[in-house]
Amino acid sequence: MKEVVVLSGKGGTGKTSIIASFAALAKSKVMVDCDVDAADLYLLLQPITQEKHEFWSGQVAVIDEEKCTQCGLCQDVCRFNAIENFKVDPISCEGCGFCYNVCPEGAITMEESLSGHWFVSETRYGHLVHARLGVTEENSGKLVAAVRQEARLIAQRQGLDYIISDGPPGIGCPVISSLAGADLAVIVTEPTLSGMHDMDRVIDVCRHFTIPVIVGINKCDLNEDNSHQIESYCHDQGIEVAAKIPFDNVVTEALVRGLPVVEYCDNGVSPQIKRLWQSISGLLVNS
Amino acid sequence: MIVSIASGKGGTGKTLVATSLALSLPNKRPVQFLDCDVEEPDAHIFLKPLLTHKQAVSIPIPHIDEKKCTYCGKCAEVCAYNAIAVIKEKVLIFPELCHGCGACSYLCPEGAISEVGREIGVVEVGQSKEIEFIHGKLAIGEMMAPPIIREVKKHINQERLVIIDVSPGTSCPVVEAVKDSDFCLLVTEPTPFGLNDLVLAIEMLHRLAIPCGVVINRGGVGDSNVEEYCHKEGIPILLRIPLDIEIAKLYSRGITLVEGLPQWRETFLRLYNDIELNKK
Repeated sequence: MKEVVVLSGKGGTGKTSIIASFAALAKSKVMVDCDVDAADLYLLLQPITQEKHEFWSGQVAVIDEEKCTQCGLCQDVCRFNAIENFKVDPISCEGCGFCYNVCPEGAITMEESLSGHWFVSETRYGHLVHARLGVTEENSGKLVAAVRQEARLIAQRQGLDYIISDGPPGIGCPVISSLAGADLAVIVTEPTLSGMHDMDRVIDVCRHFTIPVIVGINKCDLNEDNSHQIESYCHDQGIEVAAKIPFDNVVTEALVRGLPVVEYCDNGVSPQIKRLWQSISGLLVNS
Repeated sequence: MIVSIASGKGGTGKTLVATSLALSLPNKRPVQFLDCDVEEPDAHIFLKPLLTHKQAVSIPIPHIDEKKCTYCGKCAEVCAYNAIAVIKEKVLIFPELCHGCGACSYLCPEGAISEVGREIGVVEVGQSKEIEFIHGKLAIGEMMAPPIIREVKKHINQERLVIIDVSPGTSCPVVEAVKDSDFCLLVTEPTPFGLNDLVLAIEMLHRLAIPCGVVINRGGVGDSNVEEYCHKEGIPILLRIPLDIEIAKLYSRGITLVEGLPQWRETFLRLYNDIELNKK
């Protein structure tokens, strides 16, 4: 069982469209959507939910007005400015419990919060494990860890070859949680100065956690000079550029029809995505 | 006035809109630009500020004085993040789990815990023509963006129009960046992904009681569901930018829309006036 995670640094480079195509191309796999606060993969895989689980995580302080003497100690110690006028703002509260521990009246309790849900679904391409973090919630990293853990169990139970994860944008908590312990990271970038800047940072994160990397350039013909620069940068870093996917409206058309692009159209985009998957599976077999 | 530019989905054109809005206004009113996408800050690529100050952002983590410590375990007991473990006569600290709340040092009965700063990123301040520019950068391998966003926002100067470029998503870094805004522009694209994430972003703003309007970028491909949704929910669509390969090429070279195609300046001025009309 090998685990590959698709990242980009910058959002909107085409991760999810490419991953949905991997779902159609790869045999013997479970799909995971690790972008838990803007989960979109389900729109292309059209899952039928089989299991729905609550995700309880973190705590929020609650002040009992009857016991509270308004001494103000809780407000003084809170470093997240979450208590004002002896009321807790649950959005700002980081659940540290400092106020609960110091309140001389025992007027503060810490209550578990329901931060979201995660799902195991069946699609025509196999299982999909996905989640929905409640808006404004914290702990996206823990929810990512929960969906990855479930995917591993499914892969073990069914003897599957691959876990294929759609990662979140950025480089912070949910990205690190998506990446830790994976066998390979695929970076989908685009030939824009922002795309390149952000790719650079996410490659550094992969290096930091010693995860091998390959790159696919999406919308490669948008700026040929920048595409060449990405190739020479990757060459210097010893990173394979496994695909150069041209810009084409068929990707959006496929999305509107709810289909992976490799099943929608066989033009210039699809052969490159197939090539990318071949490189990934080749690397995973040998890793 | 504080205007934040958010999206839900990544790559819809937040930075494109934020930078062009900022560049259209200085003749009308002075602007301060905060890039609060501290995981992947990109606005500097377009605004090319001269950065003059750099300040490290640290969070306070516990440091144990082994001479005073009696290994009672109180610190580990109060830590909500499992960042401290006491095993026999040894205190283990896991710095990357620590949120810097300070409970352990305050509650240690022996006064054995002091706090030391652990650097997790930087804030840089500069100037791009008339625009005051501030951005934050999370260090590689670090998890927590919100403390850096808080540091960036400490620079807010309300005498100027404050424009905040936000990261994608709807969870804690986004909330930290948009809260206290007078208005939030949500940039989306007319696709099922754009709509799905727009609905989540609107739910977030309702919860924070921040008024919002929508920018539809890359119009012309995709479908009409975003338009219909906004119409049904009574959310104003304040700007439509068509899918235009010329705009995408300018963007790829780090050139803002209003500098590459100056005829857009008028449109962004109108956008600003519409924001004034719809703000809190």
